[in-house]
Amino acid sequence: MTINDKPIARPARSGLSRRTLFKAGAGLAVAGAASAFPAPFVRAAQTFKIGFVSPRTGPLAVFAESDDFTMAQVRKATAGGVQVGGRRVAVEIIYKDSQSNSNRAAEAASELILDDEVDLIVAASTPSTTNPVADQCEINGVPCITNDTPWQPHFFGRGGDPKVGFEWTYHFFWGLEDIIGSFTSLWSQIETNKTVGALWPNDSDGNAWGDPKRGFPAVLAEKGYGLVDLGRFQSPADDFTSFLIDFKAKDVEIVTGVVPPPDFANFWSQAGQQGLKPKIVTVAKASEFPAAIEAIGDRAEGLSVEVWWSPVHPFSSGMTGQSSAELAAAYTAATGRRWAMPLAFKHSLFEVALDALKRSEGPGNPDALREAIKTTNYASIVGPVNFQTGPVPNVSKTPLVTGQWQREGKSLELRIVDNALASNIPVQSTLVPIGAKG
Amino acid sequence: MTDWLNTLLQGVLLGGLYTLFATGLSLAFGVMRLVNIAHGDLIVLAAYVALVAVETLHLPVLAAAAVVILVMAAGGYVLQRGLLTHTVGRGILSPLLVTFGLSIILQNLMLEIFSADSRGLQAGALETASVSLGGDITVGALPLMIMGTAIAVIVLLQLLFTRTTLGRAFRATSDDGETAQLMGIDTKQVYALAMALAMAVVAVAGVYTAIRTSFDPLGGPNRLLFAFEAVIIGGLGSLWGTLAGGIILGVSQAIGFRLDPGWGTLSSHLAFLAVLVVRPNGLFPRTRDR
Repeated sequence: MTINDKPIARPARSGLSRRTLFKAGAGLAVAGAASAFPAPFVRAAQTFKIGFVSPRTGPLAVFAESDDFTMAQVRKATAGGVQVGGRRVAVEIIYKDSQSNSNRAAEAASELILDDEVDLIVAASTPSTTNPVADQCEINGVPCITNDTPWQPHFFGRGGDPKVGFEWTYHFFWGLEDIIGSFTSLWSQIETNKTVGALWPNDSDGNAWGDPKRGFPAVLAEKGYGLVDLGRFQSPADDFTSFLIDFKAKDVEIVTGVVPPPDFANFWSQAGQQGLKPKIVTVAKASEFPAAIEAIGDRAEGLSVEVWWSPVHPFSSGMTGQSSAELAAAYTAATGRRWAMPLAFKHSLFEVALDALKRSEGPGNPDALREAIKTTNYASIVGPVNFQTGPVPNVSKTPLVTGQWQREGKSLELRIVDNALASNIPVQSTLVPIGAKG
Repeated sequence: MTDWLNTLLQGVLLGGLYTLFATGLSLAFGVMRLVNIAHGDLIVLAAYVALVAVETLHLPVLAAAAVVILVMAAGGYVLQRGLLTHTVGRGILSPLLVTFGLSIILQNLMLEIFSADSRGLQAGALETASVSLGGDITVGALPLMIMGTAIAVIVLLQLLFTRTTLGRAFRATSDDGETAQLMGIDTKQVYALAMALAMAVVAVAGVYTAIRTSFDPLGGPNRLLFAFEAVIIGGLGSLWGTLAGGIILGVSQAIGFRLDPGWGTLSSHLAFLAVLVVRPNGLFPRTRDR
């Protein structure tokens, strides 16, 4: 037992929880027949509870739009229970809203642990969700699986030590090295003056990306790019004239950054008004979601962005058997919405969770479940997940490519245009300079 | 040098937007002493109404704007008659609490109905059209239009307040509601009309917000903040003061942003505090309006 494992925080887990015992008792009372051996009955009533923390409301809500769809899929896939070591275990998901707030996320996780007595917690969508949730799980000794936060802010942001790692919490996603590598590879596709203008806001993402040592600046200098970085701006910003003046004066041909959609929409229309015409605009966050692209309209054509998952990714779900394309199509058919990257990542959380459950000893045995998660070697819809092979303990890396919003008939489609870091994902097109007809 | 001129000019134009944000708030406070915490969310709501008008009813943007103004004005009338009227005369706290609640309800309703996606209104060439002023300075047609509209709105409101019977009723009710009632003015009706007028201005602000950038259901409180600061800087109840407040906010933000991008928003808040320290009642408190 280590310091992190504090059983005081919750009742010790035995095969019988208070709840199952109560249910079993009620069942017996109704049946009226006193069985001498209630044990098998109790076993059958066992439920594996998964707590799910997600930013349902608040500024991050766009990441949680596919949650209902994903949970419905999981409930369908586990409707008859899951085979765990020769018995059937029912699966229940308890959903909690983080309200896009890290304090609330921690609270939600602790409610799940203490009140709902969940066996496992899954969480996703930016450090403000995954970090507090994982911290709560680590303190309380509850297995936890997270994704959709670059691994550095998740691992180092929680004070992780690469030599030791964490005991209860596991994470899979790409890292800053991937985003830097894939952006620079993308930019080398076309001839530019290699002058990059940066839009990095003063938030956790902007500061990490713009970090002089670990972020973009060092790598850009190494690869011969000139960088125009005015400093971290306060978001939301209503006016980008200062950036535009400098970008124009220094002849910026590549614009990059990690910018919330309203700020980028604002920057991009002001760039149009004030005559900045970059050849490449690769801005994360703002151009990841189809709806945000539609909000910008025709001028979104040619924007490029990192792609963590798309319908052409050559992976399929072990939970539903769907290919990437089928998952995206099913989502659109069920909700009328276009696919967005979090869809597959939310899906994969439950894939990995159910895979671990099958290899565990069922509900009420967190140690066995943790071992099962630790030894995960699973082909998910977002790529292989294996926590033994990551850059640091407890982390598994998923592939990253880049795409460009290109016109396809009336609408803009995100097409993969560069796969330097993940050659198993097919490219569909090449990068076209903005304004040039592709 | 031209860089700074450009920066200042863009700051002044940004002030036009802040003025539009603030005018509705200024009106509601001037006539009813009502601090409407849901003001920012109502601006966002107006933006969504505009979006529905354009995308669902397929109206051109200008016609959609007219629809939004009518819808919001009617909504303002109903809001005042049905809800806010019950808070009048119960101290400063009850309208604050009621509109605070309204703000939360609106945000979540919009999240439920329109989802968390950021949306925008397409205005075609207008979005990037610009006017060259010589040198390196070009200003966007849209910011110019917003500024022009802000000034027009203020002039119209000013005329309404000083030249019409309704305006006199507004001022009378604002100065002394009870006496106004004795003189035969239906104050509830006057309040409702004032709210309708305030919401009409909110509608204009909402349409411009929708065209200018993308918006989502939760952007309201931030707009409320700027509106509030512009009203306070300008002096409560003064419409021209609100314009001055908006421009001061816009310019100080542009200057701060130019010095260091991290200081942009901060410097407009600092300007606000500085005005509060020097002139606690704002620059033009209750001057020509009352």
